[in-house]
Amino acid sequence: MITLEGVTKTYRMGRIEVPALQGIDLHVGRGDFVAIMGASGSGKSTLMNIIGCLDVPTSGRYILDDTDVAKLGDDQLARIRNRKIGFVFQSYNLIPRTTALHNVEMPLVYAGEGGRTARAREALSAVGLADRVNHQPTELSGGQQQRAAIARALVTNPAILLADEPTGNLDTDSSVEIMRLLSRLNTEQSRTIVLITHEQDIAHFASRVVELRDGRIVRDERTAA
Amino acid sequence: MNLYEALRMAANGLLANRTRSALTMLGILIGVTAVILLVAVGNGASVQINNQVQSLGANVIYVYPANARGSGGVSQGFGTAQSLTQADVDALNSKQQDPDVVAAIPIAQSGGQITFGNQNYFAPTTGTTPDFPQVRDYQLAEGSFFTADDVTARHRVVVLGQTVVDNLFGSTDPVGQTIKISRQSFRVIGVFAQKGGSGLGSQDNVVVAPITAVWAYLTGARGKVISQIVASASSASTVTQAETEITTILLDRHQISDPTQADFQLQSQQDILNQATSISTALTLVLGAIAGISLVVGGIGIMNIMLVTVTERTREIGIRKAIGARRRDILTQFLIEAMVLSGLGGALGIAVGALLAQEAPKISALATSGFPTPVVSPTSVVLAFGVSVAIGLFFGIYPANRAARLHPIEALRYE
Repeated sequence: MITLEGVTKTYRMGRIEVPALQGIDLHVGRGDFVAIMGASGSGKSTLMNIIGCLDVPTSGRYILDDTDVAKLGDDQLARIRNRKIGFVFQSYNLIPRTTALHNVEMPLVYAGEGGRTARAREALSAVGLADRVNHQPTELSGGQQQRAAIARALVTNPAILLADEPTGNLDTDSSVEIMRLLSRLNTEQSRTIVLITHEQDIAHFASRVVELRDGRIVRDERTAA
Repeated sequence: MNLYEALRMAANGLLANRTRSALTMLGILIGVTAVILLVAVGNGASVQINNQVQSLGANVIYVYPANARGSGGVSQGFGTAQSLTQADVDALNSKQQDPDVVAAIPIAQSGGQITFGNQNYFAPTTGTTPDFPQVRDYQLAEGSFFTADDVTARHRVVVLGQTVVDNLFGSTDPVGQTIKISRQSFRVIGVFAQKGGSGLGSQDNVVVAPITAVWAYLTGARGKVISQIVASASSASTVTQAETEITTILLDRHQISDPTQADFQLQSQQDILNQATSISTALTLVLGAIAGISLVVGGIGIMNIMLVTVTERTREIGIRKAIGARRRDILTQFLIEAMVLSGLGGALGIAVGALLAQEAPKISALATSGFPTPVVSPTSVVLAFGVSVAIGLFFGIYPANRAARLHPIEALRYE
């Protein structure tokens, strides 16, 4: 599903080159639920951007579903993001002044696919927001907004769900609710989930924990979930 | 992404900031209103000028004496030569060499005070022949025109234009009354129907008498001067041939072999019309160009607001890119937003401009001052709408392109 081989990423800050990733080898199989952990500055955001096809590695290979992503151009990356990746962000990132339904429809609009309203309603029902479809983001609680974001991530039926600190802005109850939802998606629908977090108890929901430090993987173990 | 989705997104974006969108639209609205209105006024002036020139009589050709040249070849000014004679008029009326000329009439002008009872009025008196109404396209409202016998016998009879009648007679029936022109008595035998047209020498401010009577009683010492010959061609399409025929006959009669030395000049209705048209076209263009400046200013307003919008919505652009929007999708979204702004502003501007053009003549101050009735041409409407949409496109490209080129990661991080 996801294979990274010797992936490095170097940022250039003026004259100084900052190595963010220094050779990452990682394989995530179908149905995996991986938590990527690490302190800030460990390179986990960079890794998430690369896995999410928002950025390309400086060197190394990234194979997503048999496609070598490292060599693709902007529009091809946009297409991969649209079809194969579902993003869930820490700050929900719903489009303001737009109903939950339209937000969830959005990836389908860019995919140019039909039956949008029905599919968006279905995705919203799957996250328990069937009665909130016509609410705008400001009319939803944090937990509800994050569930709408998860519905948006799922609506194109992507290969992986990429969650970047999905509970970072939520209280404990809502956090647990969101993590249960992700777990359920993983166990019941065999969704491949890559979760980025720095919280140990959130990482416990995953079946595998990968820890990064200074741009390298220092721990990769399966947990007994 | 289809057009419906694009329009819905644009509407969403514009409605998010109603005041700002409305003000930006106002810029274009005012620009388009100005274009529509000023071009309509220019067109109205064109129509007015054309009508006036047309009312001088269709297919008409004027023959003037050329500038007389003194011994040193110094021009003494337009029409100073006395080169036209009654024999010239007769030759033009012979129709042997000029089949395209229907009729030619001599004109002798005299100014003079006209009195009736205790009323007095000043109007030029025109001496001519019975073909005058036919050549100059005048209809009689009352009475009759003078005949060839009146001309031969130098009868002191006149036919009056409406303006003269209005100024001298009030409610009295003028036909059969006697008026005095320069203290000479003339009997009114007819009244012309109103020709319309104002300014530029009204066609209704005329007094027409037999040319022989004008020579005998009014021009006095100046003798039998013919100040111009007016000929009419059989139709608008034969005007050019008729002009050639007249030139040939007159050159021959005046024994001039070099046409550049001719002692007469021709001017057709078409020449006057062409001059008038080119003047009014230039006027319309100048007015349109001035109004166009305000359209450009409106366009810059759109660019300005779109740049602000793109900056404000950087994060939204990042989200859209993350969930799969391509550059082209973002570009289209913001371009359409700009074009909806300018197109809507343009459509409203056309409506307001057309409404003002329609209402302007109802303002009495304008109506009485001879201000031209604005004529909104379909071309200017289509053009103004097209230009306003194009302005949205042109001034939207830079901001939209800026949005489309944002890097998704940086855009997502934007606070």
